[in-house]
Amino acid sequence: MNRPFQRRESIIFFAFALLLVVILPLASSIGWISPFTLNTWGKYLSYAILAIAVDLLWGYTGLLSLGQALFFSLGGYMMGMYLMLMIGKLGQYKSDLPDFLVFLGHSQLPAIWKPFYSFPFALLMVVLIPGILAFIFGYLAFRSRIKGVYFSILTQALTYGAALMFFRNDLNMGGNNGFTDFRFILGADIRSDGTKRTLFIVTAIVLLGVYAGCRWLTTTKFGLIQRAVRDSENRVLFSGYAAANYKLFVFVLCAIIASLGGSLFVTQVGIINPSEMTTQKSLEAVVWVAVGGRGTLIGPILGAIGVNSLQSWATRAMPDYWLLFLGAGFTLAVLFMPKGLVGLPLQLRNAFVKYKARSAADEDAAPIPSAAITIKPTPSPSSSPSAE
Amino acid sequence: MSQKPFLLAAEGLNKSFSGFKAITDLSFYLDEGELRTVIGPNGAGKTTFLDLITGRTKPDTGTLQFEGSHDLLHKNEYEIYRLGIGRKFQTPTVYTDHTVFENLLLSLGGSRSVWKSLFYRLKSEDKDRIESILKTINLTDRAHWKAGALAHGQKQWLEIGMLLAQNAKLLLVDEPAAGMTDEETHRTGELLLSLAGKHTIVVIEHDMTFVRQISKDRRVTVLHQGSVLCEGSVDFVQSNERVIEVYLGRKSKAA
Repeated sequence: MNRPFQRRESIIFFAFALLLVVILPLASSIGWISPFTLNTWGKYLSYAILAIAVDLLWGYTGLLSLGQALFFSLGGYMMGMYLMLMIGKLGQYKSDLPDFLVFLGHSQLPAIWKPFYSFPFALLMVVLIPGILAFIFGYLAFRSRIKGVYFSILTQALTYGAALMFFRNDLNMGGNNGFTDFRFILGADIRSDGTKRTLFIVTAIVLLGVYAGCRWLTTTKFGLIQRAVRDSENRVLFSGYAAANYKLFVFVLCAIIASLGGSLFVTQVGIINPSEMTTQKSLEAVVWVAVGGRGTLIGPILGAIGVNSLQSWATRAMPDYWLLFLGAGFTLAVLFMPKGLVGLPLQLRNAFVKYKARSAADEDAAPIPSAAITIKPTPSPSSSPSAE
Repeated sequence: MSQKPFLLAAEGLNKSFSGFKAITDLSFYLDEGELRTVIGPNGAGKTTFLDLITGRTKPDTGTLQFEGSHDLLHKNEYEIYRLGIGRKFQTPTVYTDHTVFENLLLSLGGSRSVWKSLFYRLKSEDKDRIESILKTINLTDRAHWKAGALAHGQKQWLEIGMLLAQNAKLLLVDEPAAGMTDEETHRTGELLLSLAGKHTIVVIEHDMTFVRQISKDRRVTVLHQGSVLCEGSVDFVQSNERVIEVYLGRKSKAA
């Protein structure tokens, strides 16, 4: 434990940091990468942040939360409220109020909207709202010792309930259309290539920070206890640890991480609505983690980027069959890659070693079958020392 | 009873699981420093009794006092642990994905707060303590193995080591010799004997050779159908007619 970043790992980390924060944005400013591509990758990176949150809960603590899409969207909504107010009079109705509020017949901004003129306040809410919701829900669930599939079902119900609430117009959160048509962020035109590049860089920095933070967390004694809870919660309790507190800490932390991802998502994708807030979206993130490699921190990032880029390729290349294609891909990944993409090199190496050993054994064993045909009491092939 | 209070006093405990009475009017007293062996046929309620002490289940009626002043009935598992009661489970329960060293580290006494666990650094005294425990349980050269890769007997020892790391006042040891070779069993017995006096120990066991080894001149409690059948020295208990009846399954003529 307390292993610091090993040298090779630090080098790889800084190489990636350089690539994401410097090289890609630079390449895009010279025109090697189209602004659209960079923007798409920015979206993938914000998904990667969500995937890390899912894995820190599922892979490291054994809690399969289907509520991460909810926290992701809440972060998106909090940022979206700020962005809606920044549209100013440029909306359809030329009012200070967001269009949907005018449409609903409001003449004044509802009180809860007012503080969202401030960007720092919106950021604070990105952290606080999901954090507080996760704390209340987690406190009740973990205190009642709700575990396993029951926990998953409850988080699913929470997400579903929240989505239904956000679909309602009288919540004043845009109903089923949600928020869109953003214009400015911190005074900059959100649709300009320069702003998009900056947003990409910010997303990359947040992702790298979340990665480094989680990497640190998993090497502390807390990380040991976290995995102990996953493997044998009983033993943890009988070793004097209040397992519920540890789970609550991780749950709140992961809600905040997911929310950060969501707030970055909304700035780059330019829309947030309740369809992001569904169990299906949570499950997609679970799939990214499973494909990338559960219980590692690189895995979720690889999975989120890999699956999403595959998905955007497949929707273009085979518009009619892409769902089947993706489904088959997931099934195969789960069946044949238990450790995901991250575990693949080792898996291949083991398979190669086995193959070599077998072909070596076959060469040695080759004369035996011909001898066995004579049905004389020859030593049976299984006793041949060359096998294994 | 004018002297020191009992370390553990259980009185009139009852516990039934959907109609099946696992514990019936059980009373049990333990002095500080005792090494008490509890035997009894399968289903006698031995493990359920440990579950009651450690807060895993709550009795329907009865009282459980620790050190005279702590009421165990209103505490949960980790609060009971923090009073100084440690438990080894019947099937070895270790963290299989952690190394042997990490298993012991997590069991060391000290703070259990989330905050402190984030900023914990391995102190040299903790390291020394873990190394001395590793020596005691004969796992020094396995320190960096994953616990899941250990043999069954070694897992048992690791779990005993985890109890040692905790430095509990009361050790509850459920079938420590299960799955061990005769030699390992004997060493386990010696280990428990060396701890007696410093700690108070309750051992649940089936293996009578082992029971004889650890309970020389000590009290043995026989449980049967959820209550104490008889209590006394090994020889007394083994020659007791009712105990023989229960163990050999002979029906009394009157019944």
